[in-house]
Amino acid sequence: MSVVAEPSTRPSEGFRVTRSRRNVAWTGAGALIVVVVLAMFPFIVYSGTTTILVQAFIVLTLASMWNLLAGYAGLVSVGQQAFVGLGAYFVLILAINGISPFAALPVAAVGCGVVALPLWWLVSRLRSGYFAIATWVLAATIMLVIERFSSIGGGTGLPLPGLAGFSPNLLTAYTYWAGLAVTVVSMVAIYVLLRGRLGLVLTAVRDDEVAARSSGARVGLARLLVFVVAGAGCGAAGALLAISQLQVQPSAVFSVQWTAEMAFATIIGGLGTIEGPIVGTIVYMVLQQTLASYNAWYLIILGLVAMGVALFARRGLWGLVDEHVNLRLFPVGYYLRTPSGMGAPRPRVPSD
Amino acid sequence: MAWVNAIIQGVLTGGLYALFACGLSLMFGVMKVVNLAHGDLAVVAGYVAVGIIAVTHVPVLWSFLIVVPIMAVAGYALQRTLIQSSLDRSVLTTLIVTFGLSVVIENALLQFFTANTRGIGANLGLVQDSFNLGSQIQIGQLLVVIFAVAVVVLLGLQYFLSASKYGRLIRASADDKEAAQLSGADYRHVFGIAAALAFGTVALAGIAYGMYSQLDPTAGTDTILLFAFAAVVIGGLGSLWGTLLGGIVLGVAQQIGAQINISYEVLAGYLVFLLVLVLRPEGITTRRAQS
Repeated sequence: MSVVAEPSTRPSEGFRVTRSRRNVAWTGAGALIVVVVLAMFPFIVYSGTTTILVQAFIVLTLASMWNLLAGYAGLVSVGQQAFVGLGAYFVLILAINGISPFAALPVAAVGCGVVALPLWWLVSRLRSGYFAIATWVLAATIMLVIERFSSIGGGTGLPLPGLAGFSPNLLTAYTYWAGLAVTVVSMVAIYVLLRGRLGLVLTAVRDDEVAARSSGARVGLARLLVFVVAGAGCGAAGALLAISQLQVQPSAVFSVQWTAEMAFATIIGGLGTIEGPIVGTIVYMVLQQTLASYNAWYLIILGLVAMGVALFARRGLWGLVDEHVNLRLFPVGYYLRTPSGMGAPRPRVPSD
Repeated sequence: MAWVNAIIQGVLTGGLYALFACGLSLMFGVMKVVNLAHGDLAVVAGYVAVGIIAVTHVPVLWSFLIVVPIMAVAGYALQRTLIQSSLDRSVLTTLIVTFGLSVVIENALLQFFTANTRGIGANLGLVQDSFNLGSQIQIGQLLVVIFAVAVVVLLGLQYFLSASKYGRLIRASADDKEAAQLSGADYRHVFGIAAALAFGTVALAGIAYGMYSQLDPTAGTDTILLFAFAAVVIGGLGSLWGTLLGGIVLGVAQQIGAQINISYEVLAGYLVFLLVLVLRPEGITTRRAQS
């Protein structure tokens, strides 16, 4: 049974609502240390390593956004590559007009969030499976429209201007820091959102949508907010992709492979937990680096593992950890502490 | 006259799109499964046809007699294992598993058969010849045959679902699978039969596409799944005849787009799809036929 109560409700004698079954203050400190150490990487490791890590930051940002969509809001989007592509093209267009790609990155994120509004209006009419394919069609349509403009490269794309002034080492380091910043901002934003009112509404919807609606939860608004945030996050990842690849090619940035990667990483790591995408990204990077010379094999194996996890270990790898050692590093739910001990852990995986 | 020609071509390609769509529509109508691997399975059927024709030298047009049963059996097996176990868990699991299947199939085809395109029966008279009405209007014989096949398949499905014993079982299980189970129908088996039917039409779609155009690993999602879905939404969810009408609207929109500028072909189809989504999310046929 889940306890969805505001912490401010008057506590009865001996009862207390807490965020976690154990104190997680050290998690925050640990996360901070990890971020600080990661930020120093350009000074201590080879640039090959930071280049690989930029790829990991892109996947982690995308996976966290997909987790927010599918794991918390029940929106299975197969069209998130629309925002990856749009983010890349925002950076390209601004760079052509003389704005530094690094300065263009946050603009691209905001731009993608704004574009998400009318797109949501289109696809929100459809549910579950039809929503999934509709987002896919939308991504294909956006790519076809962008390919019509020859000034931004048409169907073949363009190299990204505006980065020639940087020395190679400096560019690698800046790209790495931009990647770290995008990931940290994305994850903190998701964490804060889910701990706030939005998280409460989404939890209520997951448990019982009709009951949530009749209690006055603004379900449509919550889903819209999730779609916009995920659009902005995927847009930031796309902007980062453009900067790290130094070119923008429509069929590459609008490839459904992005959605496959973010979805598989999330599912393998654990859908509906903050930690899941992190674990999934590590699995993804290990597989991808190990099988790098075998073309599409990493995607085949990743897909098979994700299907297996979805069927036989629905809470993913982090779910297995959580089951055995009762650990949430970044708790977003509530627990009821009774005089006799802890309330039952809340159920997790959204049913549809 | 060029416009008349475009519209005629559009109507006929609509038959092909309806053939793409009816398996998707059937799976959703009966099992409430949105099969994201639908298009990739059609491409697999096309590749199977290419292989069978190359190995056994059966006449191209009769290859469907082998491919359709193979895909039907595969459909029954897939439904009883992978799809049913995902359905037993949740809608989310079904989407993840079929999306995973789609990505795995597409990349496996790429890995084993490269990105090269493959046609079916490209040197057949049926594929190359056309009926000429005057100098402006040329109607490909193949498109006429595909349109006729689509109509026959839809009529057959309609008849099967409304009049046969298994059709009644399928409709009963689609309406309420627990109640059907209580009345003695094993809904899992019935769903398997429905999946076999759907996969049979998927096999026809794959072969038809291979003859009309070229098969390649990405055609399954880029073309077949997305066009099928657009046809289903334009025609109205869960309606078989709506699907044919939806396919025709999509085909005509694409051909008119192509008439303006050849590179607008696909885009014009999607824009009509989005327009329908905005104006009439329930599709252009209001009367809901049986699922």
